[in-house]
Amino acid sequence: MDLFEYQARDLFEKHGVPVLKAKVAETPEEAQAGAEALGGGTVVVKSQVKVGGRGKAGGVKLAKNPEEARQRAEEILGLDIKGHITKRVMIAEGADIAEEYYFSVLLDRANRTYLAMCSKEGGMDIETLAEERPEALARVPVSPLTGIDDAKAKEIVEAAGFDGELAGKIADVLQTLWTVFDEEDATLVEVNPLVSTGAGDIIALDGKVSLDDNASFRHPDHEDLRDIDAEDPLELKAKKLDLNYVKLDGEVGIIGNGAGLVMSTLDVTAYAGERHNGVKPANFLDIGGGASAEVMANGLDVILGDDQVKSVFVNVFGGITACDEVANGIVKALELLGDTATKPLVVRLDGNNVEEGRRILESADHPLVTLTDTMDGGADKAAELAAAAN
Amino acid sequence: MSIFLNQDSKIIVQGITGGEGTKHTARMLASGADVVGGVNARKAGTTVSHQDADGNDVELPVFGGVSEAMEKTGADVSVMFVPPAFAKDAGLEAVDAGIGLLVIITEGIPVQDSAAIWAHACEKGNATRIIGPNCPGIISPGESLAGIIPANITKKGKLGLVSKSGTLTYQMMYELRDLGFSTAIGIGGDPVIGTTHIDALAAFQEDPDTEAIVMIGEIGGDAEERAADFIKENVTKPVVGYVAGFTAPEGKTMGHAGAIVSGSSGTAQAKKEALEAAGVKVGKTPSETAELMRELLS
Repeated sequence: MDLFEYQARDLFEKHGVPVLKAKVAETPEEAQAGAEALGGGTVVVKSQVKVGGRGKAGGVKLAKNPEEARQRAEEILGLDIKGHITKRVMIAEGADIAEEYYFSVLLDRANRTYLAMCSKEGGMDIETLAEERPEALARVPVSPLTGIDDAKAKEIVEAAGFDGELAGKIADVLQTLWTVFDEEDATLVEVNPLVSTGAGDIIALDGKVSLDDNASFRHPDHEDLRDIDAEDPLELKAKKLDLNYVKLDGEVGIIGNGAGLVMSTLDVTAYAGERHNGVKPANFLDIGGGASAEVMANGLDVILGDDQVKSVFVNVFGGITACDEVANGIVKALELLGDTATKPLVVRLDGNNVEEGRRILESADHPLVTLTDTMDGGADKAAELAAAAN
Repeated sequence: MSIFLNQDSKIIVQGITGGEGTKHTARMLASGADVVGGVNARKAGTTVSHQDADGNDVELPVFGGVSEAMEKTGADVSVMFVPPAFAKDAGLEAVDAGIGLLVIITEGIPVQDSAAIWAHACEKGNATRIIGPNCPGIISPGESLAGIIPANITKKGKLGLVSKSGTLTYQMMYELRDLGFSTAIGIGGDPVIGTTHIDALAAFQEDPDTEAIVMIGEIGGDAEERAADFIKENVTKPVVGYVAGFTAPEGKTMGHAGAIVSGSSGTAQAKKEALEAAGVKVGKTPSETAELMRELLS
């Protein structure tokens, strides 16, 4: 889960990272009140969207007083930045910026460890810096066992070319940022820019944090950080039913078992769609190993709730799961759904107990269900039915 | 022959008394795998009842720790089913005990915990080979099974298979069931895993009884691209590939925690192109991939 800047700021503050005082506003009036609460002086009004390039898009503006803050918020709220609509702004104190730096610590998948990156040249797009002047960006591996301790923090700031008193101050801040990464189960903590002020203070001016969803069991508070409004209503419904569902833009609903097989089913359906008016897969839905009648019914319920869906392709390889259980699941699911199930279902079963599974579906002889022998054949049939209904 | 797991492998199960542990201990035994005991600190000293492949009753001892289990049974493989919240400690314990092969089936382990287990294994000189987490495990048909891969899909044969995905592993074993497999490994779909595509490719290349290799990848990370570089330099046996997730949208996690296209990186197209540039024939679908393998071997 990627956080908004203001959420990252709050986490930073919680773990002792120096940040500016700030308020969040959803209306121009709240923005004005926020600016007043911050002392009535100069503030920065910043669009809260999870995408880069806010400044260039007009999503970050200076305001000299609360009245100006209200006007700037009015301009920024509702602003579309690369397809992300601004619903909130953050009102932050103005800062006397002397220099801008860069720091991040992230999960390095390829090397199965963590990587810290640090530069004296912050503020700009870090990918551009990494490409144009790689020597200006220090990259230091961080062990998951020891993290960023005193010695590691020193190593990072020295590699980035900091020295003297400044190096010590920044090293201290890096350790607090490590605490955020470590204690919040983050996969990314990035500060750009990390600034030094005229008074010599170090401040994390803008932050980006990604949290590991797998770790949510030990961070019940992370649930509050979720941006429910931005989630697709069908995805939200599926999540409540504990289903692994991703909404896509297409006409053929997909149900399968196992993430890899479902991804593969989407691809095969898209290829088949090329022969049938360009219909596409409507969703990713992995019902996992169990595939009980209830899970199958829930899955079908979510998929049939998508108005775009014209047909459904159920593609199950019975590995651990026996195909007869899956077949019973489909039959019971259709019973449970009754008249609400109106779209044709193409079913392909293979593997464990496939004969029995097919026999169950054949004897149920449901008018909506078509059985196929292969994955390719099933995808083709489902695409054909979707194209015909479209 | 086979890789990483053979008929002499002695297996213990971490979490043998839990639901998944019980179910899959029974399945492993039924397939003929030599499961010799299990671990659960709270139930140390008890036994669990199962049947072996011939239908004979067996009582498997439950130990308090991996070290003790290894000492008493001579086990050299552990299959782990413990829940995510306890997986880190169980993994570190297995590595500390120096078990030769640790197969972590558990799905949903925080990535920082997986990174810690991996770092600890590295610190111990990689004496423990780790497969997973979030994987179906490994099978050397006719010899042994450490994990949850169905043992009845196919038989012993000349193909090696390495895949991020469980059900795609089963699908591909099924497509090529008449040819059979030396070993099939599901390495898991998490961002941080132990055994990689490259590790398996290297082992298959060395294995005299593996004639050709099927490599299955999916979106996310750059493991397939790195495997392609490795194949170009080091693999002389024929390799066919398959990549899932061409239709996956950017920024969405597709089931596996690691299966996500971030910006322009981790796409299926880039992986397919990298593999083809390394001389690997890549199928558009699982069935086409199986056909490519048949053509290569004919």
